[in-house]
Amino acid sequence: MVLIRSLTRAFCSAVLLSSVLAAAPVHAHDIKVGSIVIEHPWSRQSPMAADVAAGFMIITNTGSEDDRLVRATATISSNVQLHDMKMDGDVMKMVELPDGIVIPAGASVELKPRSLHVMFLDIVTPPKEGDTFAAKLVFEKAGTAEIEFEVLNPNAPMDQ
Amino acid sequence: MRRLQFAVLGVAALAAALLGYLFYIQSQGSSSPLVQIGGDFTLASSKGGAVQSRSLTGKPYALFFGFTHCPEVCPTTLYEMSGALTAFGGAAKDFRVFFITVDPERDTVEKMRDYIANFDPRMEALVPTIEQLPKLASDFRVHYAKVPTSDGSYTMDHTASVYLFDAEGRFAGTIAFGEAPELREGKLRKLLGL
Repeated sequence: MVLIRSLTRAFCSAVLLSSVLAAAPVHAHDIKVGSIVIEHPWSRQSPMAADVAAGFMIITNTGSEDDRLVRATATISSNVQLHDMKMDGDVMKMVELPDGIVIPAGASVELKPRSLHVMFLDIVTPPKEGDTFAAKLVFEKAGTAEIEFEVLNPNAPMDQ
Repeated sequence: MRRLQFAVLGVAALAAALLGYLFYIQSQGSSSPLVQIGGDFTLASSKGGAVQSRSLTGKPYALFFGFTHCPEVCPTTLYEMSGALTAFGGAAKDFRVFFITVDPERDTVEKMRDYIANFDPRMEALVPTIEQLPKLASDFRVHYAKVPTSDGSYTMDHTASVYLFDAEGRFAGTIAFGEAPELREGKLRKLLGL
């Protein structure tokens, strides 16, 4: 009787543990291509009449060689660039990165507000909060990742 | 050549000292800074007609320089100022917030009108002509520069602070980009006497 109860308990623990393990690494937004993992691509609603928007995400290189995000394309824009933004005192400086963004081996690079971002220019219809739009990221070694940006509210990430 | 190097260094040191002093004065919250920031202007407005700086005296106001092809600093700052105006409600009914473009080549009055319509109705866009911009920027110590991009177009570097002016039209400090919300609110409350 005691044995059955212990076995049942062990079985339940095992089931619970395996479901936790299964749930942990899976993220709805994660995309893998080669050694590159892309987490949560997001953008935010631009003011109406704006024809620019920025895209953000976390890119992890699980491989043993550096890779490089070379370029991007997106359905909302015919002109997509890779940019960095820096504050020099109280001056905002926008820097285009024609050589792309290096993703070092075994490291993560976060594209985030006030920093590295995918820059969408010449947008005809600015995306609205709740929309999604498709994009492709081209990596030097890993190849092309097809991703989908989730459009958050204009104040993101302050509200996150 | 040596002499030239010293001269350049000397000018750079003077500029640095002046800038440091300016920031010091600002950080002290002095009501009468020795360095004049601001100047007379008459600029085309998104609300039609023109706005004259002299007509602003009597009520506090704020100026922010930017451009509509700006993905980050400008919308963020404008949403923050818009949120503050909405939060203050009627207590800030006479407070005017101006968004002035440093990219008059692309930002027409119509474009700026559509853009500013995203924000609190007390916010107004001003459009200098290409000829007006250099003096305006110099009067307000605003840095702006065109930066070419690979597609043959350009983006703009620009000063990202909000300039505050009191009811006497005197420069009353700045709100830096990314400043903590409590600090921003405190400065606005002080300016508005709330």
